[in-house]
Amino acid sequence: MSDSPDPVVERSPAEEVARFEHHARSPLQRLQHFLHRYPTMVPVIVLVLSLIVFGMISPNFFSAFNLSLIMQQVAVVGTLAAAQSLVILTAGIDLSVGAVMVMISVIMGKLSVDFGIPVPIAILVGLGCGALTGALNGLLVTRLKLPPFITTLGTWNIFLALNYYLSGRETIRSQTLDAEAPLLKLFGERFTIGGAVLTWGVVLMLIVFAVLWYALYKTAWGRRVYAVGDDPEAAALAGIQTKRVLMSVYVVAGVICALAAWSSIGRVGSVSPTSFFEANLESITAVVIGGISLFGGRGSILGPLIGALIVGVFNSGLRLAGVDVLWQLFATGWLIIVAVAIDQWIRKISS
Amino acid sequence: MTEPLLSARNLVKRYGRVTALDHADFDLYSGEILAVIGDNGAGKSSLIKAVSGAVQPDEGEIRLDGQPVSFASPLEARRAGIETVYQTLALSPALSISDNMFMGREIRREGIMGKWFGMLDKPAMDRFSRQKLSELGLMTIQNIDQPVETLSGGQRQGVAVARAAAFGSRVIILDEPTAALGVKESRRVLDLILDVRSRGIPIVLISHNMPHVFEVADRIHIHRLGRRLCVIDPKEHTMSDAVAYMTGARVPEGVAA
Repeated sequence: MSDSPDPVVERSPAEEVARFEHHARSPLQRLQHFLHRYPTMVPVIVLVLSLIVFGMISPNFFSAFNLSLIMQQVAVVGTLAAAQSLVILTAGIDLSVGAVMVMISVIMGKLSVDFGIPVPIAILVGLGCGALTGALNGLLVTRLKLPPFITTLGTWNIFLALNYYLSGRETIRSQTLDAEAPLLKLFGERFTIGGAVLTWGVVLMLIVFAVLWYALYKTAWGRRVYAVGDDPEAAALAGIQTKRVLMSVYVVAGVICALAAWSSIGRVGSVSPTSFFEANLESITAVVIGGISLFGGRGSILGPLIGALIVGVFNSGLRLAGVDVLWQLFATGWLIIVAVAIDQWIRKISS
Repeated sequence: MTEPLLSARNLVKRYGRVTALDHADFDLYSGEILAVIGDNGAGKSSLIKAVSGAVQPDEGEIRLDGQPVSFASPLEARRAGIETVYQTLALSPALSISDNMFMGREIRREGIMGKWFGMLDKPAMDRFSRQKLSELGLMTIQNIDQPVETLSGGQRQGVAVARAAAFGSRVIILDEPTAALGVKESRRVLDLILDVRSRGIPIVLISHNMPHVFEVADRIHIHRLGRRLCVIDPKEHTMSDAVAYMTGARVPEGVAA
């Protein structure tokens, strides 16, 4: 309470002018308060710095082509990170996002190629299956009260097994998709703006983030998601039906995973049951680097988008600089640790 | 005296073999501050939970305005106009004051944006919050958008009370509002309680702090062994009387031992 500005009750309501009492704060404390207010500034600063450094190291880095290539590379994991962010905002974690995505891509591919179902319907069925996977996770978390980590560790394996069963471990080849279901590859199609080459997958990712930003900041649902993640008991006492909110979060996350599945078919060019094996961990990485607290209720939804871009920038920059791939992993590892350490430090303000 | 606003008769609540409420009675009249005191385990929190909908009594009857009511959840009690400020305050620390004031009953915009896209009417919510806080003289809070965790303990208590006062049209129940506060902040919260009463809203105050209870309460309900032992007037009894009744060291006049 050292920096509590004023006593709580001002006895004369007439005198309601906002009062500021400046306490001497060290530059470090001021930085802490600034980051507490704008948690997304950490990833933004890291992104800008890394762009500058890599731009100085390799001249090709700053070309519109290279920068747009980075966007293409992070589009799928970025979209998954949007789903992951929602779950992490409720103080949960979803290890099954990658497996759900691959399984849904197999469902969409199988239905349209092997069963001859019209592609738009196959896609809708896929989106519905995404909602179902989310509902399963949500039911286990809210009804059986299992910890999200354990729930999704279990469903990760289950969806992975279903994925192998449904696909027969076989890839649907690119030519087959071109002939029978070109719509599935929609998000891999490119278009150019200036020198930048973008895919519709990049656009999808940006739209998903924009819609989530709106939902989280401008609607009651979003405020409730934050409240439930922040302190579920307080939210319940304040009249929030916390189970319903949690359930909706998992279902929406499942649908976003299904959108990522559609996007991934375009990115890979085929439907491969063995692709994106580490996508779940990569999505968590993007969220954490993006400054969303693993303890729930804190962080901006735009952080994970920047987090995904940071990982992409590091990978691209180190590759262009001719550095061995292992150093990309090394750098990502340190980014995660630093991001979580900063989050802990910022959270100390509240006590 | 007139009819009580909120009353309970013969409430019984058992948890296994423990009887938390043993035919307890309760009366709250409009415009008063009723303090509820009792030793730990006397059942005062069970009593309060029963009238605020957090637990459902096994037997007995609760009446609001003379009409029998039964609350299946705190939400139902809230809809009937009974607001409770819990000891934990039930605020979300990372959310703004305004978000917290409206948690669970947000205002949506009019027109298509509100109806179809669920857009919140933030300006209206901020205006309402600011108005409610300044009505209670809480306007030293600088920014209605600042997260609750950046407020001091007393300010947080103030926000929770303001939330209850803004929406609790009938009754406000305060559970140990000064327990976690320093002397100066307690003072402010007590003034706040008197302010709320002066606006005609009756208050149930649960507290262990005898000086606070004796300062603001109009009547004191003493709970002992799961039932109402007596109701005393703080002007006619001393604090040591109250403590003696509470602990059973003495029996008040007119009560059979």
